[in-house]
Amino acid sequence: MKSEISLTNLSKRFDDFEALLGINAEIKAGTLTGLVGPDGAGKTTLMRIMAALMAPSEGSALVSGYDVVTEAKHIHEIAGYMPQRFGLYEDLSVVENLELYARLRGLSGPEKKHTFQRLLDFTNLEPFIKRLAGQLSGGMKQKLGLACALMAKPKVLLLDEPSVGVDPVSRQELWQMVQELTQGGMAVVWATAYLDEAERCEDVLLLEHGKLVYAGAPEVLTRRLDGRSLVITDIAQDRRQLLTDALDLESVRDGVIQGASVRLVIAQDSDLSSLEKLVAASGGRLNAAAPRFEDAFIDLLGGGPGGHSEVAERMEEITTERQVMVSCKDLTKRFGDFTATDSVNFSVNRGEIFGLLGPNGAGKSTTFKMLCGLLKPSSGKAEVVGLDLRSASSSAKVQLGYMAQKFSLYGLMNVQQNLSFYSGVYGLSGAKQKRRIEEMIEVFELQPYLKQSPDLLPLGFKQRLALACALMHRPSVLFLDEPTSGVDPLTRREFWTHITGLVRRGVTIMVTTHFMDEAEYCDRVALVNRSELIALDTPDALKASVASTANPEPTMEDAFIELVQKQNEHLDLVDAI
Amino acid sequence: MLGPLRHTIIKEFITLIRDPAALQILIRAPLAQLLVFSFAASMEVRNIDIAVINDDSGRWSQELVMRIQAASFVDSIIVLPNATGLDALIDRRKVLLAVHLPSDFSRRIDRGELGKVQLTFDGRRANTGQITFSYIQGIVNELNVELANDAAPIPVATVRHWFNPNLIFLWFMVPALVATLALIPTFSMSTLSVAREREMGTFDQLVVSPVSTLEIILGKLLPAVFAGMSSGTLITILAIFAYGIAFNGSMALMFLSMLVFVFAIAGIGLMISASCNTQQQAFLGMFGCMIVIMVTSGFLTPVDNMPDYLQVVAQLNPLRHFLEIVLGSFLKSMTTSEILDSLWPLVIIGMVTVSGASIILRRSLH
Amino acid sequence: MKIGRLFALAKKEALQILRDPSALLIAFVLPPMLLFLFSYGVSLDVKNVNIGVVLENDGAFSRDLAAAYDATAYFNVTPVRHRKEIERGLINGDLAVFVVIPQDFDARMADPSRSATIQVITDGSQPNSANFSAGYAQGVFNNWLSGQANSLMTSGPGIQLQQRFWFNPELDSRRVIVPGAIALVMTIIGTLLTAMVIAREWERGTMEALMSTPASKAEIIVSKLIPYFVLGMLAISGCTFLAVEIFEVPLRGSLAALLLVSAVFLLPALGLGLLISAVSASQFQAATTGLLLGFMPTLLLSGFVYEIQSMPVAIQWVTHIVPARYFVASLQTIFLAGDVWSDLIPNIFAMLALGFLLFGVTFIKTREGMD
Repeated sequence: MKSEISLTNLSKRFDDFEALLGINAEIKAGTLTGLVGPDGAGKTTLMRIMAALMAPSEGSALVSGYDVVTEAKHIHEIAGYMPQRFGLYEDLSVVENLELYARLRGLSGPEKKHTFQRLLDFTNLEPFIKRLAGQLSGGMKQKLGLACALMAKPKVLLLDEPSVGVDPVSRQELWQMVQELTQGGMAVVWATAYLDEAERCEDVLLLEHGKLVYAGAPEVLTRRLDGRSLVITDIAQDRRQLLTDALDLESVRDGVIQGASVRLVIAQDSDLSSLEKLVAASGGRLNAAAPRFEDAFIDLLGGGPGGHSEVAERMEEITTERQVMVSCKDLTKRFGDFTATDSVNFSVNRGEIFGLLGPNGAGKSTTFKMLCGLLKPSSGKAEVVGLDLRSASSSAKVQLGYMAQKFSLYGLMNVQQNLSFYSGVYGLSGAKQKRRIEEMIEVFELQPYLKQSPDLLPLGFKQRLALACALMHRPSVLFLDEPTSGVDPLTRREFWTHITGLVRRGVTIMVTTHFMDEAEYCDRVALVNRSELIALDTPDALKASVASTANPEPTMEDAFIELVQKQNEHLDLVDAI
Repeated sequence: MLGPLRHTIIKEFITLIRDPAALQILIRAPLAQLLVFSFAASMEVRNIDIAVINDDSGRWSQELVMRIQAASFVDSIIVLPNATGLDALIDRRKVLLAVHLPSDFSRRIDRGELGKVQLTFDGRRANTGQITFSYIQGIVNELNVELANDAAPIPVATVRHWFNPNLIFLWFMVPALVATLALIPTFSMSTLSVAREREMGTFDQLVVSPVSTLEIILGKLLPAVFAGMSSGTLITILAIFAYGIAFNGSMALMFLSMLVFVFAIAGIGLMISASCNTQQQAFLGMFGCMIVIMVTSGFLTPVDNMPDYLQVVAQLNPLRHFLEIVLGSFLKSMTTSEILDSLWPLVIIGMVTVSGASIILRRSLH
Repeated sequence: MKIGRLFALAKKEALQILRDPSALLIAFVLPPMLLFLFSYGVSLDVKNVNIGVVLENDGAFSRDLAAAYDATAYFNVTPVRHRKEIERGLINGDLAVFVVIPQDFDARMADPSRSATIQVITDGSQPNSANFSAGYAQGVFNNWLSGQANSLMTSGPGIQLQQRFWFNPELDSRRVIVPGAIALVMTIIGTLLTAMVIAREWERGTMEALMSTPASKAEIIVSKLIPYFVLGMLAISGCTFLAVEIFEVPLRGSLAALLLVSAVFLLPALGLGLLISAVSASQFQAATTGLLLGFMPTLLLSGFVYEIQSMPVAIQWVTHIVPARYFVASLQTIFLAGDVWSDLIPNIFAMLALGFLLFGVTFIKTREGMD
């Protein structure tokens, strides 16, 4: 296959910061290439250089034989680029957005008409052409962004994090569309922080700190881990305890919860005796598992964080007689004619991780907001520790911790000031406040950053700070709203280490997420689609419910997509009748 | 309650101090305004160029021209032999006015009659023209008194300006700036407060926390009020000590009124902020309101000159009432009861805006 | 530069203006509001000033003089019996001017050897009104005197001023203020709105998408300017209509000249807007900077409220780089005087020069690519 993009010794400096360093790579036509790396690794910079929007500091980049610096004009003719957040005009309609990009590409007359038809068929956006782009769901925006980028019939398609904030159903559709494109001979570059996406690419470029650490087929990297991925099943004791203990072993590089099981990656040629002892003691069975790209990625970056959460260990055990910590009964929210949440019922027990999942715009956030008192239900009841938070006194709210999307820290206050502000509003004062703040600084290693603005922190520390702010007052229930959106796998590992630690202390966790591997950490998962609660069970039971002969071991993502589509088909059928 | 409230207030202050945009609004803009307004925004006329057509060769015309030339508001005098070329000078703004002395000017005065002088102004600069006219009128009056003493006495109207005998414009402008510069930081801080937290997503976090609605409202109002009070105090000190303007009224009453005033303004600001989702919208709301408040307050031109319906609007304008109190306190030695006349409308406006703000904020929370 | 692409971009911009409530607000609600507020709210005319006439005797001269004050349109007379009331009136601001006709006024008027005197007392805390109303109060007195002269006595020697205002004989300050308010409106549209919409493209990531298409930087910039230029020209037409029909400002020059200077003014105004957007990180910052660099100088330093010649020299020098200064002067000339090209041409050249300067700086400052 011929090389469509070639990068030679490419470097990019911003002032004194090296964003990219000596990149050499080839990107082939007719191939889907994943550009993977943790946050801040240089993915977007590289995308912009390939889109001829930015000049490299050193080295060269050729796109279809054109130099990005001297022949940018030609590249703009033959490359389609979808920036982060899709680059759409939210106050223009779907067709007006298409029209604009068609005109910019010089399309007109029957050619334009033909292209529109092709793109609308391709993206299934036909029914929505009159709708404003700002009113589309995340998945539809993404498709429209793609359609605009495809207007040129490009030879090269550059997609910068196209699936951030997009639900699994839409991600899968996008995936299928892109595959169709590569079969037509297009070179597609897909930048992502999601490793399950990278795994499905034909080729990956793995970036870390601006350097290319791996280039090639993902299977080749994954194969290095053959025999090193294990799953512990049939665990009799607490699986979270087992994971914590296992991660502390020398021989274990990485580990995650997977429903009722624990998945581990062990070090090369390591002595497994201590692990086997541990597993035996837990009553579980150790089985070999097929390695995943994510395993290889974490291994390549030096393994995951340890299993102990110091912050959780310092937390006092939550002692309360109460069993049900969060409950909602016939919870309904209407905005005008539109029902965002329709008679949702569930309850969450003490010490449980409860996941709230669903496609964009399905009512997941509305339900979540009603639970923590940010929205008023139209009817029904939402209670936390037996109280309606909207009318609850301040003392009741102290039992609740809340971590909003994008962390919501005060960028204009430094780290220390954020800590004292949040501890203060939750009623801590004097020596106790001082002690708790110092404790958080110590366990999260925030000392070097105290005088910095949270905006300037590395993402991992930002997340630590947000968690610290939510924990200082020792809440018994913690609400997490998409806590790891856009965060790389290493940071997410660390985050979940803390969460599992907290749960073992009796803290109850309510979490919303788009990541299916995070759903695996939950004790129970509620799936919301089209304003209704369509499934509520353990992750394993949900997976089992969609198992078939064709797919005997479905993933969480398979379960999500299947359950959502089943309801959509059912509702569409009802509508049709 | 004191704990959380204290922390929300501290947070507002830190946020304020560390935000470069806020710093611009709070410190650079008011200081620039103090400088620009106190020096540039003056209704006094200076540096005027005048054309003179003197058809008279007598001594009175020379005397008058000399006195005009010596006056402090005149920059230069262009002497024209006759009226041709005058049009071009005025058209091209080379002169503001022309003084035309007819050939019988001195003769008539010597005969004990009135010597007539024709002043032709550029009507495009009507305000400057009118002010200049009154200056020249002053010169002529002086000359007339001297003439009258030489001959038989004629009836005269003497003028006395109370509180500011020489009509120094700074004596008006700087006290007025005490009011407007107490307004600006309060207004911009309170309009941006809630909208900014909404935009950054921290507002939800506050709502979920044990901070009560009252504490949120006070946490937003008090820092804005403090900022306005300190700015107002600073300008008051500068007015008295740097600009040397006499303060004749009651300091305590003026500061009490200032407090009520900034609360009323913070209330308006918070109302705007609570109804906006982004800082951008809040900014536009602030901009629109600020223009109305400034124009109808009497800060630019007197309220009495406005049509009746705008005077009604002015009655609802807190700046208008506070401006009266400030000017009264600085120059006029207003008595307590006279200050109270302006203070009670201010108190009512303040109560309306602050409770309006809490209603809107409460509604947006629930 | 391709016309098709330009047209597509310009059309997009126009659609966005129509759908963005804040753009609509700035373009269509703010201008008439400003025009209205300034033309009625900012007035330096002495009309219906509340004046207190202290009549200390009932003589014929005194009553006749008091009646003369009552008869003018400048003053609303409140008869006052006693001097003691002056202090209260001035302090609480009910009456801004007092004319005191003293006890012996009639007696002195009747006696040619003694000079009759009245006193005019004003509230000096409002220096400008004090100055104007004192002048008018003296004027009324002098007029009354010359009326008396025919019937009664020969006046002594003296000088009488006769004033006449070219272009604005009615001395209506609205005629001077409205052109300035129009300049404010044009600045808001040309600078503030333009700066905000371009900053928005960066903020929302759409600029990145545009730049990855074959559209060139020049096309993107020009396509931004065209709709706001058109909007500005619409605004000037609308404002002129309001000025002439509602605010009764005469238009003595030609519409063509008016549109020409407006088009020329939009060059530096749009250039400043572009420059602000190029150096601003967010829409919000663009808005505040636009206020500080666009709106405030137009309000304070363009000469429409405050006379430039009276400012300190340093500030006068600064006014030379305020495009609105030349625009306000041109508008006042066209509305009140006519097409006086000898006045307009230097102003037009000054605006052109500033426009080219601003565009030049912008072109250098605009981020080349994404760097």
